[in-house]
Formats: sequence, C-alpha cells, structure tokens
Amino acid sequence: MLNQKDILATLDMIHKQHLDIRTITMGISLLDCCDENLDACCAKIYRKITTRAKDLVKTGEEIEKEFGIPIVNKRISVTPISLVAAACKADSYVEIARTLDAAAKTCGVNFIGGFSALVQKGCTDSDWKLIRSIPQAMAATERVCASVNVGSTKAGINMDAVAEMGRILKQTAALTAHDDGLGCAKVVVFANAVEDNPFMAGAFHGVGEPECVLNVGVSGPGVVYHALQGVKGQPFDLVAETIKKTAFQVTRMGQLVGMEASRRLGVPFGIVDLSLAPTPAVGDSVARILEEMGLEVCGTHGTTAALALLNDAVKKGGVMASNHVGGLSGAFIPVSEDEGMIAAAESGVLCLDKLEAMTCVCSVGLDMIAVPGDTSAATISAIIADEAAIGMVNSKTTAVRIIPAPGKQVGDRVEMGGLLGSAPVMPVHQSASADFIARGGRIPAPLQSLKN
Amino acid sequence: MKAIVTVVGKDRVGIIAGVCTALANFNVNVLDISQTVMQGYFTMMMATEVSQCTIPLGELVTKMDEMGKEMGLSIRVQREDIFEAMHRI
Repeated sequence: MLNQKDILATLDMIHKQHLDIRTITMGISLLDCCDENLDACCAKIYRKITTRAKDLVKTGEEIEKEFGIPIVNKRISVTPISLVAAACKADSYVEIARTLDAAAKTCGVNFIGGFSALVQKGCTDSDWKLIRSIPQAMAATERVCASVNVGSTKAGINMDAVAEMGRILKQTAALTAHDDGLGCAKVVVFANAVEDNPFMAGAFHGVGEPECVLNVGVSGPGVVYHALQGVKGQPFDLVAETIKKTAFQVTRMGQLVGMEASRRLGVPFGIVDLSLAPTPAVGDSVARILEEMGLEVCGTHGTTAALALLNDAVKKGGVMASNHVGGLSGAFIPVSEDEGMIAAAESGVLCLDKLEAMTCVCSVGLDMIAVPGDTSAATISAIIADEAAIGMVNSKTTAVRIIPAPGKQVGDRVEMGGLLGSAPVMPVHQSASADFIARGGRIPAPLQSLKN
Repeated sequence: MKAIVTVVGKDRVGIIAGVCTALANFNVNVLDISQTVMQGYFTMMMATEVSQCTIPLGELVTKMDEMGKEMGLSIRVQREDIFEAMHRI
C-alpha cells in the first residue's frame, strides 16, 4: 500500500500549495468548415465545435471529482481562422469570432483560442482580414482569444505585420476602453508559435495536428516554492534536483488526467505542457520561487540566472513523467497573473528591460503587461519586434501580450479580474522607434551556425 | 478500482465506526487502514475497493464529504491512481 507520508504529501500539494491541472484543452480541426458563404461557414464551425466538445466540461468535472484534483479550466483551440475563412467572400471575420464565442458558451468553456493568423513570412489577403478584424472581434466577444505569429527562426520577422499589430493593439484597447483595454489581454503576438499549446490566450490547433486532440497544461509554482523552502542555503545542484523531483510529480498528474480524459472522450491524447503557470493567488507565484533562491525581489541582478535554472529543471523533471511533452513547456512570467511579479513591478525593481532579458531563458515572453495608455503604436510594435528577435535568434517561442491601458499612467493599476489578475502600469522608454517601425519589410532569418 | 479515503479532524469517539459503516452501506470494501494522531489531529487513511460500490464514485465523493462536514471532519475519497502516479515510477 502507499505510505501515509506520500498520501499526505499529495493532499498538501493540492490543498495547501495550489497544485492543480491548469487546463485541459481540446484541439479541433476546422479545415472541413471552409465555405464561400460566410453564414454557411459559421454554421459549420458552430456545429463542429459543439459536437466535438459537447462532453468536454462534464468529463473534466467528473475526473476532477474522482481524482480529487482541481481542473481549473476546460478550453478549446481551433484551426487558425485565417485558413478556415480564406474561402469566404467577406471583408471582416468578426462574425466568425461571434460564432466561436457562441460555441464556447454552449460548450461551457471559458476561452476558445484560434482566431489566429500565421504570417511569419508574409500575409495572405485572408491573414490581413483576420488581423484587421481583431479589434472589433475582441470587443464583440467575451471568450475568443486571438494570436498572430509574426516571426520564426526559419522565416525571420515580418515587420509589416509587426507594425500593423502595434496599431491593432491600440485599436483593441480603445474599443475595450471601458474595461481598461481588457481586449488586449486576449491577443498574443508570437514568434515561433507552437501548434499544440493548451494555454490561452495563445492556443490554436495547428495544421499538423489530428482531427481532434486533447492537450493538458499543469501548474504548480506553489509546490516548487514549498519544496525549495526545504533546501534553504544549499548549493544550486540541490536546488535543481529538488525542482526536478517536484516537476516530475506535478507532470505525472497531468499525464494521468490527460490520459483519463482522452479515454473518456474518445479523443487522442496529445501532449502535456510542462509550464509552471502561476495565478494571482498568494502562494502560487513563479516570482516567489526565484526569490526563495535568494533574491530579495524578483527583477534584481541574478533573476535571469535563477529563472534559467528553474526553467531547465522543470523540463528535465517533467519530460520523464510524460510520454509526450509539447506546447510551450517552460516557466511563465505573466506580470498581472503572478502575485510576486505584481509586487516586484510595483516596487519598481522589475522593469520591462529586465523582463525582456528574462524571456531569453524561459517561456514565453512579455506577458500580461500594462503600459501607459498614451504609448504609441510604433513603440508597441518595437517592443514586439524586440521580443520576436529574441525568439527568432534563440529558436524558441516568444510572445507579447501587452495592454496599453486607455487613460492610465505609470503608478496606476489595471484590474482584469479572475485568473487574469491585475497589472501595475509599467513605464516604457520615451525615445521614439517610429522611423524604425515605418520601414516595414522583413528581417531576414538568422544564421543557425557560428553561434556566439 | 481502488480509492484512498483520508479522514482528518479533531479526535473523538466513533470516527472509524462511522466512516466504515457508511462505506459498508455503499458496498465499499476496506482493504487496509492506518491511523495516527498528528499535532492533535486524528488522521486516518484507508485503501478501499470501490468496484462494487452501489453508487458512482463521484457521488460517493459527495456523500462522504457531506458526512464529514456533519461530523466536523474532512473526509476525502480519491482514486488511488493519482497517488501511485505521483509517488511511484
């Protein structure tokens, strides 16, 4: 029989250290929903999603109860809509976003991802239509998430798309100004986006994926933090070992739940995403893990090294616990969704430049950051370009989810509510990048040898 | 299918009797019990066989939870797989 210590350890992780399954995300291909007629396309999309995912939430809740482990979110990702809608004779895809929203509500999921376009090398007419539909789509829907992949290691960076995304984010913020620009919290600009990411807002169901698949994202910053409290002052070898062991346990649970959900739903199991995903709850913070390693405040010198160790150890521990690992797999550092990051940003120790450096060594990027409402579109585009460059050169996924909060200044706070948390408005550099962004064109793909 | 029942709360007369009677009523067989008192709290763990249980496992979880609340205890029923997955390779 299992020993008492093990059973109690698991119960403590779940009930005291916020261990949970962050999301089970069903990926659904919509490639067979193409139609010249927009209404017909929408009808096919609605039917397909609500048929495939009709039992997703119920099954998630059953598993949650039987295993006694919370599954915080049940979500859906779909084929990038710019592909699905390309055949439609329509100027705007807002109607499709409304359809996705309605399907999400019917299925009872809190987010649906895939209002997306992959434009790393260039934009099709359909990609432009999708990108330009984003502001209205985000304002008109509640649960739809959008993403645009603007760069990759193999293709370089599409600077025309980067420039456009700066303007799109400003428009999105303006259209959702009554909610402090909340629409921008549902838009991610990627470089090297992955096809099997279960986490929102960046999830979409890639074209290399099967008809329908189930991906799982685990959480567990609280568990890692607690484990590290047991090795205070010890060398980093032991710190890494402790994180690895903890990540193994957390991931095994994700694997178990994923397999069970996949069996019950009759849908193939895709991957476990090994990300450490924080929440705004006290005791569920990635920043506090870094501080536990010996940093006074997250963001001070040493933070990048601490994060590099954490990110690597989480992967090493997790990879053995799951038969298929994928998605983003790394530590997330969203500012608004992490109690320790919020505190560090408010204290002024954690700034955008340090965050950018941190994204060189971890998943995913500048995530859930509020900047002053008067930040120009060109500056936002330049922030996106910097982040995409880090992803492109380092062959990793990077992303920007930034909220130019209308009417807000440095020192204000933007309240998103729920898991999205609240973000202190962070300062940006005041020197202009407008001429840089105005050039347009494409930054060529980087050399992959002669690495220095 | 096996499930682990954990009972934690202030020690008092009749905890084991009460929990075991309830489980028996649902045709749940107790395979193993261990109990201890930790920091003044009664802590009991039971390995049970729930394949022949007369109600679905989800319902048993709810019933035992309700019973726990009435007795001032925390009673949790969870499938054994989760503990196995975490602590055994």
